[in-house]
Amino acid sequence: MIEKAVGKSTGPTRVALTGNYAAAYAAKMADIDLVAIYPITPQTTIAEKLSEFVADGELAAELIHVESEHSALSATIGGAAVGARAFTATSSQGLELMHEILHIAAGLRLPIVMAVPSRALSAPISIHNDNSDIMNARETGWIMLNASDAQEVFDMVIQAFKIAEDPRVLLPVMVTYDGFVVSHTVEGVELPDAEAVRSFIPKGKWHALDPSRPSSMGPIAGPDWYYEIKFGQYHAMRDSIKVIAEVMDGFGKKFGRNYSPVVGYMMGDADFAVVTYGVTWGFVKTAVDRARSMGIKAGAIKLNVIRPFPSDAVISYLRGLKSFAVVDRAIYYGAPSPGPVYTDVASALFMSGHAVPALNVIHGIGQRTMYINDFVEVFKELTKLDESKVIFMGVRE
Amino acid sequence: MALIELRWHGRGGQGAVTASQALATAAIIEGRYAQSYPEYGAERRGAPVRAYTKISTDPIMDREPVINPDIIVILDKSLITIPDVLSGLKSNGYVVVNSRTPVTVNGARVVYLDATGLATKLLGKPIVNTAMLGAVARVMGDFMSIDSITAALAQYFGGKVLSINRELVLKAYEATTL
Amino acid sequence: MSSPPSWKELVIGGTIIEPGSTVNVRTGTWRTKKPVINQDACTRCRICWEYCPEGIIQELDKPFVSRKGIKYAVTYEVNYDYCKGCGICANECPVKAIDMVSEYE
Repeated sequence: MIEKAVGKSTGPTRVALTGNYAAAYAAKMADIDLVAIYPITPQTTIAEKLSEFVADGELAAELIHVESEHSALSATIGGAAVGARAFTATSSQGLELMHEILHIAAGLRLPIVMAVPSRALSAPISIHNDNSDIMNARETGWIMLNASDAQEVFDMVIQAFKIAEDPRVLLPVMVTYDGFVVSHTVEGVELPDAEAVRSFIPKGKWHALDPSRPSSMGPIAGPDWYYEIKFGQYHAMRDSIKVIAEVMDGFGKKFGRNYSPVVGYMMGDADFAVVTYGVTWGFVKTAVDRARSMGIKAGAIKLNVIRPFPSDAVISYLRGLKSFAVVDRAIYYGAPSPGPVYTDVASALFMSGHAVPALNVIHGIGQRTMYINDFVEVFKELTKLDESKVIFMGVRE
Repeated sequence: MALIELRWHGRGGQGAVTASQALATAAIIEGRYAQSYPEYGAERRGAPVRAYTKISTDPIMDREPVINPDIIVILDKSLITIPDVLSGLKSNGYVVVNSRTPVTVNGARVVYLDATGLATKLLGKPIVNTAMLGAVARVMGDFMSIDSITAALAQYFGGKVLSINRELVLKAYEATTL
Repeated sequence: MSSPPSWKELVIGGTIIEPGSTVNVRTGTWRTKKPVINQDACTRCRICWEYCPEGIIQELDKPFVSRKGIKYAVTYEVNYDYCKGCGICANECPVKAIDMVSEYE
C-alpha cells in the first residue's frame, strides 16, 4: 500500500471536467439560443457535449450541424443578426477556413462567442497543440481571451458573453486555450449556480434585425463611408480593454475567482520575467519558484487578453526589468521576430519609449514536450542577456 | 504539498485513458486536486497509449508528462518489454500489471491481477480498464476509497454498463492482494 | 449637400436603418443602352418581367390593341430610372420584341 500521506484539500467543491466540457457547460449555463458547429480535433468533444445537452433537453438551443466551419460561423452570424445569443467552436484548419467570416462577424459588430482549443496547422498534418491557429486570427477584429486551465475556460466563456454584449463593445469574442493539454485534460472545475450565471449575464440587446424596425445589415460601403465605419470598429476594440477589465473585476466579486487582463507572479521585486499565455503559465510559475531558490529574482506574467493587446499593463510590469523573455508557441515566418506575441510586446515597449533586452523563446511547437526546467534555463539565460535574441528551444540541429 | 503520480500504459481500445480520467475524477470527488491527460497520438486500436494521473493536496500548476511515477499501471502485459514503460519509477514504487501469473520487476513492488479474465467474465469483452482501477484502488489504500471510484464511474458510463463496471471494480478490488 | 457624418454618428456595423433607401439611387444613370419594347410585336408572355434582375419591367393595367387587332389587357413598360441596361430582357424575349438602343444616338 502506498505510504505517502496525501490529506484532503479544504478547497471548494469541484466537478471533474475537461477543458472542452468546461466550455460546453459554460455555453449551456449562458443559456445560448443557437449553436452552429462542425467537428474538428481537438474541438470535437464540445460539439458532442452540446449536441448531448440539446438532445437531452437540458439546453433549449437551436443546434445546426453544418457542412463546414465557413458555414458554422456564417450560421452563427445569422443567429446573432436576429438577436440570438450564439456560440460556436473550432480549431486549427477549421479556424483557417472560417478566416474570411471572422472579419465579417467583427465588421458587423455581432456579439458571438467562440471557443478555440488551439492546434498546430498543416502541413505537415499535426493534430497536436500549438498556437499557430489562434495567432493567425489576431487581426480579424475579434477580442481574444486566453485560458490556461479548464477553470479559466469556464470562467472566460461566461465573461466573454458579458464583454461581447456590452453596448460599449459589441464585438465577437474568442476564448482560446491549448488543445489536448487543456481541452482533453480532466481537472476540477468549480461550477457556479446556474441562476448566478444568468444574473451575471442577462441577455443583451443589440442592432439585430427586427421586422418592426426594418434595417439592412451588411451593405456595401463606398469610399465615403467605409473608413469611418472601420474607424468605429477600431475604437470599439481599443476601448474594450476597459470593459474587459471591468467585467473581469465584476466576475471576481460575484464568483470569488479574480481575473484581470494581465496577471503577474512574483513580480514585486523581480529583475527578470517570462511573458506567457496558455499552459506555459503553469510551467513558468513553478520555474520562477525554482529560479528564486537559486537566487535569481525571477517573475512571470500571463496575458489573459491577447486582443486588444493590453499594452499598458504589460509595460507596467516590464519597464523596470533587467531583461525578459516571451515564450511563443507559434512561428511567424519571415517576421522581424518569429514569435507573434514577442512582436506585440516589442512594439508596445517601443511605442512606450522603454528599452529592455528581450529574449524570444520558441517552444512547444506541434506539442513538443515542455519541461519546467526548460524555463529555469530561460531564467539563467536572462541573467546573462545584454541584447535581444531568439532561441528555438529543443530543436534538433 | 503531497503529490501522487501515476502513469498508465495500455493499447488503444483497452480504456487506459478513461481509467486515468475516472481515477482523477474520484480524487476530485474526494476534494483533492487532480489532473488526467493522455499522451495522444493518432488514436487507433492496438497502438500503445499512455495516460497520466496526478493527485495532490494543492493545485497542480504544470502539465509535464509523468516522468517519475509512484505507480505504473500496465493494462497489457506485452508492453512490459518496451523499455520506456518501466522507466523512472520512484524507489519503493508500485507496478500494477494485468497478468494471470506473478510478475517480477527489479527494484519495484509488483501487484498483478487477471483483469482480462475478470473483464471477459463480467463484460463479455476484454476491456480491462475498470478492473485495473480496482487493483489501483487497493494499492492506493487509505488514500483512495473504492466508493469514490465507483461514484466517479457514473461520469463515464451509464445504465447497465455502469452497474456491470461497478461490480467489476469491486471484484477486482477484492481479488487484488498486496 | 451637407458634409457626411463623423464616424461617431454612424450606425454600428454599417447597418442601414432607413428602409427603402435604394430608391434614392437612380441606377438608370449607369446605362449605355436602353431596352425599348415594341408593343405591337410583344405577345405579353411575361418572360422579360420574370428575367429582369432589377425588377424594373412593369406590368401595367393599360389595355392595348395591336396593329393586327390583337387585344391585350396589360402593357409592359421599362422603368428607366432604375434600368441598368443589362440587356437580359432583349436577349430572352422569344419574339425579339425588345431592342437595345444606344443612349448616345
